Amino acid sequence: MLELKNISLSNPGFSLKNISFKVNKGEYFVLLGMSGAGKSMLLEMIAGLTNPDSGEIILNEKPINKSKPYEREVGLVFQDHAIFPHLTVGGNIGYALKRQSLSHSAKQELIQSIADRIQIGQLLHRQPSTLSGGELQRVALARTLVQKPEVLLLDEPLAAIDTKLKAEIRSLLRQLNREGQTIVHVTHDFDEAISLANRIAIVHEGKIIQTGTPEEVFSSPRSEFVAHFVGIRNFFKAKLIETETGCIAELGKSLRIVSTQKSGSGEGYLMIRGEDLTISVENYESSARNNFMGKIIEVSGSRSGMDVIINIGVPVHVIVSKESVKDLGLVEGKSVWVHFKASALSIIPIQ
Amino acid sequence: MQRYSSFQLVFLFLGALLLLFILAPLLGMFFATQSSELVDTWREAEVRESIWLTLWVSMAATFVFSFAAIPFSYLMARKDFPLKRLVTGIIDLPVVIPHSAAGIAILGFVSRNSVLGKAGSAVGLDFVGHPAGIAVAMAFVSIPFLVNAARDGFHAVPLRLEKAALVLGASPARVFFTISLPLAWRNIVSGLILMFARGMSEFGAVIIVAYHPMITPVLIYERFGAFGLKYARPVSVLFILISLSLFILLRTLSRERNKSR
Repeated sequence: MLELKNISLSNPGFSLKNISFKVNKGEYFVLLGMSGAGKSMLLEMIAGLTNPDSGEIILNEKPINKSKPYEREVGLVFQDHAIFPHLTVGGNIGYALKRQSLSHSAKQELIQSIADRIQIGQLLHRQPSTLSGGELQRVALARTLVQKPEVLLLDEPLAAIDTKLKAEIRSLLRQLNREGQTIVHVTHDFDEAISLANRIAIVHEGKIIQTGTPEEVFSSPRSEFVAHFVGIRNFFKAKLIETETGCIAELGKSLRIVSTQKSGSGEGYLMIRGEDLTISVENYESSARNNFMGKIIEVSGSRSGMDVIINIGVPVHVIVSKESVKDLGLVEGKSVWVHFKASALSIIPIQ
Repeated sequence: MQRYSSFQLVFLFLGALLLLFILAPLLGMFFATQSSELVDTWREAEVRESIWLTLWVSMAATFVFSFAAIPFSYLMARKDFPLKRLVTGIIDLPVVIPHSAAGIAILGFVSRNSVLGKAGSAVGLDFVGHPAGIAVAMAFVSIPFLVNAARDGFHAVPLRLEKAALVLGASPARVFFTISLPLAWRNIVSGLILMFARGMSEFGAVIIVAYHPMITPVLIYERFGAFGLKYARPVSVLFILISLSLFILLRTLSRERNKSR
C-alpha cells in the first residue's frame, strides 16, 4: 500500500538516513521515537510538503515523489491541529471539498455525515476559538477524513490534549482503523504506540532501528536504544479480567497474574520492570500477591546488575545484584520462586 | 485607579510634555481660526477640488501599488533569498531620504525624456504636472508603510496553516487567497490606511513632480507664500479635519470588519 524506500534528508538539526518501511492496507502503523528524531518530517514527505534528498515514496504501487500534495490521496493531521481560525468548524471541514465537483447540498451532506461520525455534528457553526483541545482534534480529523484519504497520517495526535480526552481520541482512532482506514501515526509516547499499533517502527538518530508488532519490539528489543526507550523487558499480551480490587491478567492457559490496576475486561498488555521482581530459593509467605515457581533459563550481566531470565510459563527478566546471584546460587536450570507485588504491574488495555 | 510611583510620575510628566508638544500647535491653529473663515474657505472651489484631488490620488496610488506590494510582502515574509537584507533596506529607503530629493529622483524617472515618460507619452499620459505623476510621488514615499505592515502580518500567519491547506488539496494560489491573505488582513488594512494617510500628507516629492494640479499640501504652501499665515491657516484646518475624520472612519471600519470575522 504505502512504501518508503531508502528515504534520506539532511536538515539543520537532524537528518534521516535510508528510511524504508512498508504499511499494509488497513494497518495501524506507529513511528515511535524521541522528539526531534525527524518523524514529523517523514510525514511531511509522505504528504508532499517536503521533498526527500533521495529515495522513493510509493502509494498503491505508484511513485508519488513528484506528485503535488493534493494529488497524493493522503491526509495529514498536524500536532497542533492547524485549524483555520477564521473559518467555522463547517468551513474547516468543507475546505477540502472545494476541488470536488459536488453540488452545494451534496457537500453539506458530506460535511454533516463526517461530523456526525466524529461526534462533532452539533459544532458545525462554531468558531474554532470556542472549542476545547479534544474538539479541535476531532475537527482536524474530520477535515482530513472528508477527503477520504488512502492513508491517514497523524503527527502526535494526542500530545496537545489533556489526559481525560486522550482515551476518547484513542478509542476514536482505533475505531477508524477497524473501519478499514490505514493509519500512520507518529509519537514519542510508548503507551500510545502499544495501545494503538498493529506494527511499530522505532526511529532513532534518523534511522529505523526496529520494526515489528508491539510485542516483538517491546519484548525483544534489538538494540540498547529500544530497550532503554521502552525501559521494560517484561512485556506481555494478556487477557484481562476485571475484579473488584483490580484485574487478573491471564497469560496462556495456566498463568494468572494479579494486578491492583482496574483496566476493564478484554485484551491488553502488562508490563513490569525487572527491578520490581524478587527471587527466592524457597517459597515464603509475604505481601506479594504474585508468587510463581520457574526454572532459570539464563543469567547474564546487564547495565543495572544481573539479568536472570526465569521461565514461569513465560520468560520473565529479573534484575538482581551479583551478590544475590552468588549467595542464592542462581545458575541455569535451577528451580526458584519469583515474587512481585500486584501494584508493581502496569496494565495497558488495547482500546 | 492605578497608583504611580514617584519615578513613574516623572515619566508621566515627560509624556504629558510630549503630548502637549504635538497638540499645542494644532490646537493653537484651530483656536486661531474662526468658523466663518472655515465656511468661506470651504466655499472656494479651488480648495474643495484640491482636497478631493489629494484624497482620490492618494487612494488610487495606494490601491494600484498594493497589487504589487502585498504579494511582494508575502514573499518577504515566507522566503529566504540572497541579499534579502539588502532588499529590506531598499524598501525602507524612501522613509530615510529627504523627500525633496526623492521628488528630484522621481522627476528624472518620469520626465518626458525618460523611458517611462516616453512610454506614457505614447499612450497620451504625461506624468509631469498630472495626477499620475502625483500618485507616483505619493506612492514612492508611502509604500514602505504598506510593505512592512503586510510583511509582519504574513509573518504572523503560522506556516502550519498554509501546509494544512496544501494537504487539504488547495493550490498555492488558493492557500494565499483563502488562508494567508484573510489571516494577515488586519495588518494589511492597517498598512493600506497608513500608506494612504502618508501619501495624502506628502509635500516635498509632489511639489517637484507636479506643482499643478495642486494637492492641498501644495495649496497650503502657496497660500502661505503668497498671502501669509492668516490665509494658509483655514485650508490647513479644513484639511486636517477631513484627513482625521477619514482616518478615524477607516480605522473604525477595519476594526468592525475584524470583529465580525
